[in-house]
Formats: sequence, C-alpha cells, structure tokens
Amino acid sequence: MCLAIPGQIVELHPELLDLATVAVSGVRRRVNIGLLDGQEVRVGDWVLIHVGFAMNKIGEAQAREQMRMLALLGEDLAAADEFNGILDRGPGDPP
Amino acid sequence: MKYVDEFRDPQLIARAADEIRRLADPGRQYRLMEVCGGHTHAIYRFGLKDLLPPNIELVHGPGCPVCVLPMGRIDDGLAMAKDPRVILTAFGDMMRVPGTRGSLLECQARGCDVRIVYSPLDALRLAQANPDRHVVFFAIGFETTAPSTALTLKRAMASGTANFSVFSNHVTIIPAIRAILDSPDMRIDAFIGPGHVSTVIGCRPYEWIARREGKPIVVAGFEPLDLLQSIVMLLRQLRERRAEVENQYDRVVPWEGNRAALDALADVFELRPFFEWRGMGFISQSALRLSDRYAAWDAERRFSVPGVPVTDPKAAQCGEVLKGVLRPPDCKLFGKECTPERPVGALMVSSEGSCAAYYTYVHRKLVAEARWVSARQAPA
Repeated sequence: MCLAIPGQIVELHPELLDLATVAVSGVRRRVNIGLLDGQEVRVGDWVLIHVGFAMNKIGEAQAREQMRMLALLGEDLAAADEFNGILDRGPGDPP
Repeated sequence: MKYVDEFRDPQLIARAADEIRRLADPGRQYRLMEVCGGHTHAIYRFGLKDLLPPNIELVHGPGCPVCVLPMGRIDDGLAMAKDPRVILTAFGDMMRVPGTRGSLLECQARGCDVRIVYSPLDALRLAQANPDRHVVFFAIGFETTAPSTALTLKRAMASGTANFSVFSNHVTIIPAIRAILDSPDMRIDAFIGPGHVSTVIGCRPYEWIARREGKPIVVAGFEPLDLLQSIVMLLRQLRERRAEVENQYDRVVPWEGNRAALDALADVFELRPFFEWRGMGFISQSALRLSDRYAAWDAERRFSVPGVPVTDPKAAQCGEVLKGVLRPPDCKLFGKECTPERPVGALMVSSEGSCAAYYTYVHRKLVAEARWVSARQAPA
C-alpha cells in the first residue's frame, strides 16, 4: 500500500476531470492527477503513483531508478499487481 | 553485503560506509530511529546494518499504518462488514491483520462481502456500480495516503453518491514522534525522517524536533545510498553539536510539501481529540476523522460499532517492539507462535512491519546457518 510506482503519462483527458492515462511497464490505467498541485502536466511526463493518484512529477532517470529500486526491494511484482489492480475507467465512466 | 552488492555502485556505498565509520565516535553509543516502515523494510532487505559499526543502532519507528492500528478498530470494521447490505473495501495489506474474532480474510470466508481495492476511487466506483448496496472504504495510512481518501470524498460529495462511506483510520506522524520523545524509556539521538509522508507535509513540521528537542532529523529516500547518506548527515550534525532539519531526499520532497494535498486534507478531515495506537496507547490529536461537512459519508456516524479498545494478546510484545524498546527477536512469540504465515501481531503482517522484515531477511538466514553448523558438527 505504501508503494510509490513510477509511470509515464501517455494520454491526457481534458474532458475527464483530473484524469490521465499512465503506463507502467506497458500496462495502462487512468489515474487521478488532482494532487499534482497546479503543476503543468504533459504527455511524456513521469509521475510517482500511490493508490491510484499521481503524487508528484519526477525525472525520467529518477523513474527508472525507482523501478530498479522496487526490483531490488523485491516489491516490483507487488507494484505491478497493485497498478494492474486499479480499475480501468473508460471515458464517460464515473467517477 | 549480498544485497548491497547488487546495487549499481558498490564503490559509492563503500565510501559512505567508510565515512560513517570515520564520523562515529567509538566511545559513544548512537541510537537512530527510522520513523518510516518503508525504511525499515529497505534496511533489512539490503542488510545495511552489516555496514554500520556496532555502536550505531537503528531503532525501528512507528511508521507502518497497518502495524499501529489497534485491534479494536479491526473489530469495528468487521462489525460493519457483517451488515448484509455492506460491501467492505480495503487495501490488500489489511486483509490478514488479526482482530479479536479473526481477520477480514476470515470474515470473507464466512460469507461477508469484503473486497480488495487498490485505490479509494475504486471503492467509490464500486458504490456507483452497486446502487442497492452500501460500500464502506476501510481507510488507513499516514499523510501519504490520506489526501487520496480526501479527494475521493470530494468526488463522492460532488457526484452525490449516497451509498458510500469512509471508515477513517488515517493517522498523522508528528504526534507519534512526539509520543516517542516523551516516552521515559526511549533514548533516541536522531531521526531518519519519512520520505513519502514528507512529499505531502514537507519539512517544516519537523522543525520543533530540532529546535525544541535538540535532535537532528534528516528526511531520507529509500535507496541504500540514500539511507547511508542520511546517516552520514545525522552523524555530522551530532559531531558538530548541530540539530537541524535536513532534506536528503530533495529530488522528490519539496521543503513546503504539496499544497493541493494539504488543502484537500484540511477541507475533508479534522483532528480527533485522541486516537489509540497499537502499543503506544492513546495519543492526542494524532488521527483524522471526517469533518461535519462530510458527516453523510462518515461510516462511524452511519454504523453503530463496538468501539471498544481491545488489549493485545498478553504474550505478544508488539508495543515494546513498535516503540523500539525491544528488538523483534526479543519478543517471546517471535518465530514461534508468531510468523508471517500465522501472524499474531500486525508487525508480522505488513512487509513494512519490523517483525516481518526481520523474519524474512535475518531470521531465516540465521536458522539456515544454525542448521548448516549443526549438520557439520553431527557425527558421521
């Protein structure tokens, strides 16, 4: 639960409040970007994801570092499961 | 050393370890507390203790949300789950934590509708997909997780989702540190500050630890090198008789924290006058409940629950381990009645609990070594 998973923003949805599609190791999920504190978010940006929310923007090198870190901690599978487990919201789906 | 060797730059690690040995005064004992359970896990996983001189002791702090939740709150969650209208949702970490009458997993096996979610938003979505049921989200976590619950509640209010509520067990880290410093049987020289909590609260809330208590604190990242560097920074402060807040993890932690997250917390939650922590008793203003504006989404106001504080099994010494007074293997149940497969206490459930980390990375190795030695000594 306390994992911070690095992912890359692959699609923005201006029509869906605070949602962006993020990819982690090829898996795509819509996550909430409402906690990014007014920072400008672009496709290609890297973020740290925690329980379905992007917590902050990070650099690409740092994202790779974080992924390697999770692997070293033996938590990369747990992180992948956690990210896969997030329900995928289709456009028009609540919330 | 085995794990550290996997790290990209063993030379940097060795250099940091040398610097630690150089800075540590051999004539004194150092007790450094890592507050965060993620740090505890990393310290055991990477075997970092093997790199430190014997007079530096790392004391494990209370920063594991699953571990500090008292049994009575699990019983309250179970009581909600017994209502046939209710779908109880929780993070996977919560499922095996024992309450007085079993865990959420056992409740599920007995027919309660308990489901794992990976995000509080998924619990809200489940409510919207099941309008004839009531979905309770069993919320736990420090300031890292609480903003996500807060934004979910704002969504619930905005969408008018009435069949959704939150059972808030969110706690805050600062009062726990204060309780540790006030505890007469604790002697801590300095703190390794939590990494991800600080991305939300920033570094300012720690200033009293340095100014008033005279204890250095360094907010640290989770890599082996991060942790060793933060120990170097703490030893430098202690050597120069400084007590400051320093940010080793500034590539992720902004000094002022995350304004949007803090605003969401302030909008949705208020401080409880007091809250029970496992092993630490009642700590004033240490937990968050829903504010009156969100009363309609507050599971504690919608359901009558036992609300009874429950003492831990007598033989288990979770409290002493949680406060850093005992090491995990010093508990009478450790590795015997209490193992990760059959946990008695919550510290054995979560991978961030010090007992589970010690068991996984130290105990198993020691047992294997002992078997090997006794096999060699056995007569042929």
